[in-house]
Parts: sequence; structure tokens; C-alpha cells
Amino acid sequence: MACFAAPLVEAVVVSIVKKNAEKKEKKAVCAGSVKPEAQGIPFSRKLGWLSKMLWGGSFLLAIEHIWHGEVVPWPPFLTAMNNPADIGPMLTEVATVGVTMAVLVTAVWGVMVLVCNRIERRAKKAAAAEAVTEV
Amino acid sequence: MCLLITAFAAVAATIVWYFKANNRELRLGALALMYWGAALMWLVDSFFCAAEGEPFFDVSASDALLGLVIVLCGLVAWLVMLLAGDPKKVFKTFRQKN
Repeated sequence: MACFAAPLVEAVVVSIVKKNAEKKEKKAVCAGSVKPEAQGIPFSRKLGWLSKMLWGGSFLLAIEHIWHGEVVPWPPFLTAMNNPADIGPMLTEVATVGVTMAVLVTAVWGVMVLVCNRIERRAKKAAAAEAVTEV
Repeated sequence: MCLLITAFAAVAATIVWYFKANNRELRLGALALMYWGAALMWLVDSFFCAAEGEPFFDVSASDALLGLVIVLCGLVAWLVMLLAGDPKKVFKTFRQKN
């Protein structure tokens, strides 16, 4: 009915956090406390992956809901809101299906970040070993 | 079918992204992530449907058509992002000339 609402709310929150992280990273680079090349993939870019999955997934799910007539372009936008008896099940669906969707997408992103961090660590070790052999 | 078609689109977009990884202008990563996000969400939806006694995969023709519409909408969203970014500066040059 409106299961995409939970990932959509998370997408908004992640986008705000990403903007703040970008600002902090820019400040750190400008202040000279962090070298851009030593930073690897910035955390804000990693947050961007989660943001894209959440925004994109919510958008495509919203299309599906429009297809099934559950979302309409006029207020109250959700057809379930027209009938008070449907509001309870709709909120239950958001709390169960929607939250599970958001949790799964976030968990997959977490695995992506872990793998990425491991690759970065290995690349740094290899570069350091190469520098030692050159000396 | 909607889940299967979206998952197939996600795999295809990821393969294309991998072979075009040096060309970040194309924003293929965003397209792949969008499809993966949707596929994961539909996977959860399918599990909940199966728990309620409905079939895990809806193999109806209408659901297949919906899957194709979803893939098309994803491509349109990606195209809008691409054109808004204007990586080749086509619109910028056009505006400067006129």
C-alpha cells in the first residue's frame, strides 16, 4: 500500500547526512589535515551509494504502486487514506514490509562498504610494500 | 516477474558499469544501484507475500509488463540525471552559442 515510504524517509535522512559529511570532508581537505589522495574513497561517496539505492528503489516502487492504483497524483495521494479502515493495515505494512526493505538495503550497503574498505586497505599495504622494496 | 526483470536489469547494468568503470561521466553506477535497490525491496515484498500464502514469483503477463515499465522508468530517470549533469557540456555550448 505504501511500503516504499520507509525507504523514502531513510533516503531523505541519508541525503542530509551525506551533505553534512561532504561539507566536513571539504573543510578537512581545505584545512590541510587530510590529504585527498590519502583519504581513499570518501565516506560521503559511500553514503551516496546508499542514497542512490534508497531513492532509486523507492522511485521504482512508487511506479509499481501507481500501476496498481495505490498511489494517485491528487491528495491524499495514497488511496488507502480515503478509507479509515485501510489506514491501520497501511501503517502496519509500512512498519513491517517497508522497514524490512530499508534494513535489507542498508545491510547490503554495509557489506559493500566493508568489502570496499578491505580492498582499500590491501591497496595501501601493497603500495607501502612497493615503496619499501624500491628504497 | 517484476522482481526477476528488475534483478536482470540490475545484473546487466552492473556488467556494463564494470566494463565502463573508467567512464564515470555515464553514471552507470547510479543506474545499477537504482535497480539493485528496487530488486532488494521487491525481494522483501516477495518474502512477505510468500509468508501470507501467495506465490513467491508472480508470473502473470501483467506483472511482466509492469517489470518492463519499471526498467523503462529506471532508464528514463538515469537519462534525466545524465542530461541534467550534461557531462559533454552540450547544453552549455548550445546556450553560449545562442
